Amino acid sequence: MQVHLKVKRYDPEAGDEAPRYSHYSIDVPEYATVLDSLLQVRDYEDGTLALRYSCRSSICGSCALRINGRAYLACKTKALDMMRDGEEIVVEPMGNMPVIKDLVVDMAPFWSKVQQIGPWLQPTGPEPAREFLVSHAAMMDLAKTMNCVWCGACVSDCTVLEVDKSFIAPAALAKAYRFVGDPRDGMSKERLEELSSVAGGIWDCTRCNICVEVCPKDVRPMDRIMQLRELAVEAGITNHTGVRHGDAFARSVRHLGRLDEVRLLPESVGFWNVPRLLGELPGALRMLRAGKLPWSHALLPWRHQIPSIRQVQRLFDSVRRERKGVSR
Amino acid sequence: MRYAFWPGCVSKGACPELYESMVKTSAKLGIELEELYDGNCTGAGVISEHEPELADALNARNFALAQKLGLDLINICSTCQGVQSLAQEKLDRDEAYRAKINAKLAEEGLEYKPGLTIKNFMWLLVEDYGLDKLRGQVTRPLAGLRCGPFYGCYILRPSRILGMAEHPERDQYLERIIEAVGAQPVDYEGKNKCCGFPILTNNRKNSLAQAGTHLAEAQDLGADCLVTPCPLCHLNLDAQQPSAAQVIEKELHLPIIHLPQLIGLALGIDPKELRMDRHVVGTQKVLDKVLAKVGA
Ligand code: FES
Repeated sequence: MQVHLKVKRYDPEAGDEAPRYSHYSIDVPEYATVLDSLLQVRDYEDGTLALRYSCRSSICGSCALRINGRAYLACKTKALDMMRDGEEIVVEPMGNMPVIKDLVVDMAPFWSKVQQIGPWLQPTGPEPAREFLVSHAAMMDLAKTMNCVWCGACVSDCTVLEVDKSFIAPAALAKAYRFVGDPRDGMSKERLEELSSVAGGIWDCTRCNICVEVCPKDVRPMDRIMQLRELAVEAGITNHTGVRHGDAFARSVRHLGRLDEVRLLPESVGFWNVPRLLGELPGALRMLRAGKLPWSHALLPWRHQIPSIRQVQRLFDSVRRERKGVSR
Repeated sequence: MRYAFWPGCVSKGACPELYESMVKTSAKLGIELEELYDGNCTGAGVISEHEPELADALNARNFALAQKLGLDLINICSTCQGVQSLAQEKLDRDEAYRAKINAKLAEEGLEYKPGLTIKNFMWLLVEDYGLDKLRGQVTRPLAGLRCGPFYGCYILRPSRILGMAEHPERDQYLERIIEAVGAQPVDYEGKNKCCGFPILTNNRKNSLAQAGTHLAEAQDLGADCLVTPCPLCHLNLDAQQPSAAQVIEKELHLPIIHLPQLIGLALGIDPKELRMDRHVVGTQKVLDKVLAKVGA
């Protein structure tokens, strides 16, 4: 099978001023992975190509890179699946990390974020006489997260990290869940407080789902971040715009059956947060001028309630009542 | 063609031009809409963060309303689509869970039975209506209009619940539709990234930096406008565009067109009826290009 590769090259140490692309056409078996193809290039076509790999069987996590614009493990991805109509497969280093050479990135920022969340168990209280017993269900829940192989694919494609280097990002936040959710950990509340208040914490995720999409081990990091949010609220850590936003949203749907966009902002940032509200004023006026500020939802709510609003309210109350009953 | 139509909160709130253009465009295409006037907000992924079961119950209620009409359900919002698909996946997979939710709906005389077809207008156009038929309806080809697609996260990801196995090209439909109406798609990296809207209240700077980055990229590549099937993306890209320009310190002027508006323009509908005036970033640049062609 003929495979055409377009590989991003960059070697700052050799004096490259900007990245460039090398093109290769090689012959590989149909079952060849992208990693196999790159190794064939390196071994037979161009010995200067730098890439990182080890196990070749999606265990070590070292071969993550971008293929056709999104992160994959090169050893887990068949070249055949990446060829759209025989077009070139575009191979680039991971994003959000500095390039050392060609396809090899510097993972130091990645590891510093993992360190930031304190990635070890911190039990408190007296040690048990023999061992900590953990229920099967609790361990199975954590096992999803423990499948992480630290490949960095989620961090590479994280859309928040692209605009904010302080974001703790999916891999480390998923790892944080692994300890917060561990019944043996004694610092869960403190961890949640830190993750809620620190710059780049759990409330900065946009829920774009890219990490869920690219994770080769189905860790679904974003889902873990959402679990952290839920646990933070359950632990009473609620003095956050993100929490108020969720509350205001649900309140509005219970009230109208639909969203009241006008009340959402002040209720989320807080009516007392005058500087922030003043900052939003020009935007609000722009929207008003364009006919995009649905003020009457807030001022004349009865005109905007859905006909069966009572039924929706009953649904809210019945689900919530049951939930309280369960958690009690 | 008849569908149960869930317009979403935003098309009845901050983006009334989306609702109006959808009504006009569908009528012209011969698509009948049975609006779910009594439907409720999907929760937009916000309610499910803290109260997943409540969010699923709310969505099941909408599904049941559509099933009562015996029609497939359509929406005009990437976020509604993602949230509905996610809720549906949970309800369809787990019979016991579905029974639990249905017990709550029973008080209103509603029941959700698995297997409802739920489609965004973008999917409907390609899969049900067909691009050839659409091409045949075009009376005002948008030739020369350089149009960047902007999908919105929830209609693309997670792909496992969005029918991508069955329809692997759902991530290219916008480009195809843009071509079908005679315009030229502009390819840029931001097209399937995040507009930043979900964190606008939490972290305004990051949110606007995201919107601004994609806008600047498309603008630099010569786009005349972006087209989106998501009104939430529209809000961050259009209504917040002047603020996003400040955050990224760059001048931006890129009109953001709703998908039904784009189709409506190509079908020859009067731009006033499509409410092209109800945008923060003026759409005159687009109209000049589109209407000039007809006059010429
Ligand atoms: S080489 Fe080890 S995961 Fe790919």
